[in-house]
Amino acid sequence: MTALQRKFASAALIVGVFVLWELICLVFGISDLVLPRPTQIVTTFIEYAPAIWPHAWQTLYTTLVGFVFGVVIGLALGVLIGSSKLAFDTAYPLLVGISSIPKVAVVPIFVLWFGAGTVPAILTAMIICIFPIVVNVATGIATVEPELEDVMKAMKASKRDILWNVGLPRSMPYFFASLKVAITLAFVGSVIAETVASNKGIGNMMMIASSMFNVPMVFAGLLVLSVLGVALYAIFSLIERRVAGWAMRKGA
Amino acid sequence: MTPLVHFEDVSVEYDAGKETTLALQPTTLSVEKGDFIALVGPSGCGKSTILKLASELLAPTSGHIFFAGRELEAEPVRVGMAFQSASLLPWLSIRDNVMLPLKIVPPFREHYRAKRKGEYRDRVDALLAQVGLLDFADKNPWQLSGGMQQRANLCRALVHDPDLLLLDEPFGALDQFTREELWSTLQDLWMARGSTVLLVTHDLREAAFLANRICVMSARPGRIIEDREVATPRPRQISQTFRPEFVSIVEQLRELIVHAPAAPRFQEAAQ
Repeated sequence: MTALQRKFASAALIVGVFVLWELICLVFGISDLVLPRPTQIVTTFIEYAPAIWPHAWQTLYTTLVGFVFGVVIGLALGVLIGSSKLAFDTAYPLLVGISSIPKVAVVPIFVLWFGAGTVPAILTAMIICIFPIVVNVATGIATVEPELEDVMKAMKASKRDILWNVGLPRSMPYFFASLKVAITLAFVGSVIAETVASNKGIGNMMMIASSMFNVPMVFAGLLVLSVLGVALYAIFSLIERRVAGWAMRKGA
Repeated sequence: MTPLVHFEDVSVEYDAGKETTLALQPTTLSVEKGDFIALVGPSGCGKSTILKLASELLAPTSGHIFFAGRELEAEPVRVGMAFQSASLLPWLSIRDNVMLPLKIVPPFREHYRAKRKGEYRDRVDALLAQVGLLDFADKNPWQLSGGMQQRANLCRALVHDPDLLLLDEPFGALDQFTREELWSTLQDLWMARGSTVLLVTHDLREAAFLANRICVMSARPGRIIEDREVATPRPRQISQTFRPEFVSIVEQLRELIVHAPAAPRFQEAAQ
């Protein structure tokens, strides 16, 4: 299959799923209280767009702020524990421990400390996306080929020289691959926090809509989330290809 | 004349858990400036250990290493090193890969920012031209064949005019024809630049073709059991390696390594 055909096939699959969904709802007469049809969802979305927009904006805002903090902290930690075997071995169990806590469970704590609203959403987004970044950056730095390290050390290169010239550039593909994962995770974190404790954001909107049995509205919320998620993923894939194209042997 | 590098009764022990393994028996070796020495011997005999000592990647357990008459740590030796894997940086062009030492090694590093586009670039390009890689300067490493990558690797080890060029089986992964081509390239570079070279190799023909002096080492724990000159005039031709006198050198070396006497200290330790 050519690249064009492949793209066409994925698009056809997506459209096909929605068409099938619509048809099943129509044929079996499924109530929109259970599963609204895609056309109903889109209609609801368009109808309520002015009301949805501030919520979408809030979710995007908390996601991105949390993500930026997560990236800064994750990168710093990754460099730190990737540069030393000792730090890697020491810190890794703690990191695994922290990352294995379900993030829903920490939201109440954040609410306790900072009150409901924006801050818990940002913190949840941040804490959920740190781990993949740390692990990827640390792995990239820690797996520099020993021969290359010897070549550098023979030149009397300092640890900083090696990190700057070899370790960091080498970990960039790992880093950008982790950003794609991290941005979608940050999104999940924000929405979780919003559903638990917030009066704004898509997560909160969906909670309210579902308590009023406005099921098409709940699905409209899902639609917004998936569009935002795909958009963010696409942006970071693009950045990844730009910055770390060498790892994909572009132009080979 | 004081030798460039002098190993005096240098030995190396590795800590392997509770036991220590003797990797190199007390060894004395002098490297004159401009010399080309090949170290040959069975696997694990400590050839690479000698290179690591010379590049200060490893400290001797006992003994002393002098550089131009002074204790090694006192005088920074400028070293260039190349291994069997070219280990070029895939995100950099060939030119930038070769330029890497100029970014790191003093005194070049102080001027790197100012000169990387002018003088240093010319310097790198001249070296690349010498090994026939100038047309590939802007390519990335993976776009080059193994032999070409190894040429670039040699350039990277030489660009900062090291006092000592240390080569650890640099051609071990190449096919026979490419290897012979690179022998000639290395000989040309050495003759043009007057570098001092320590070459570790498994290939006895390679040692006999390239080196002025061949040191044969015993099985682990290694020691030098034979130190011989190769007087063949330069530049040597690949075709010479098939002549009887050359073949007999290789045969003698082979005999020495195959029938190397088991090291007495090792036997004692084993009992």
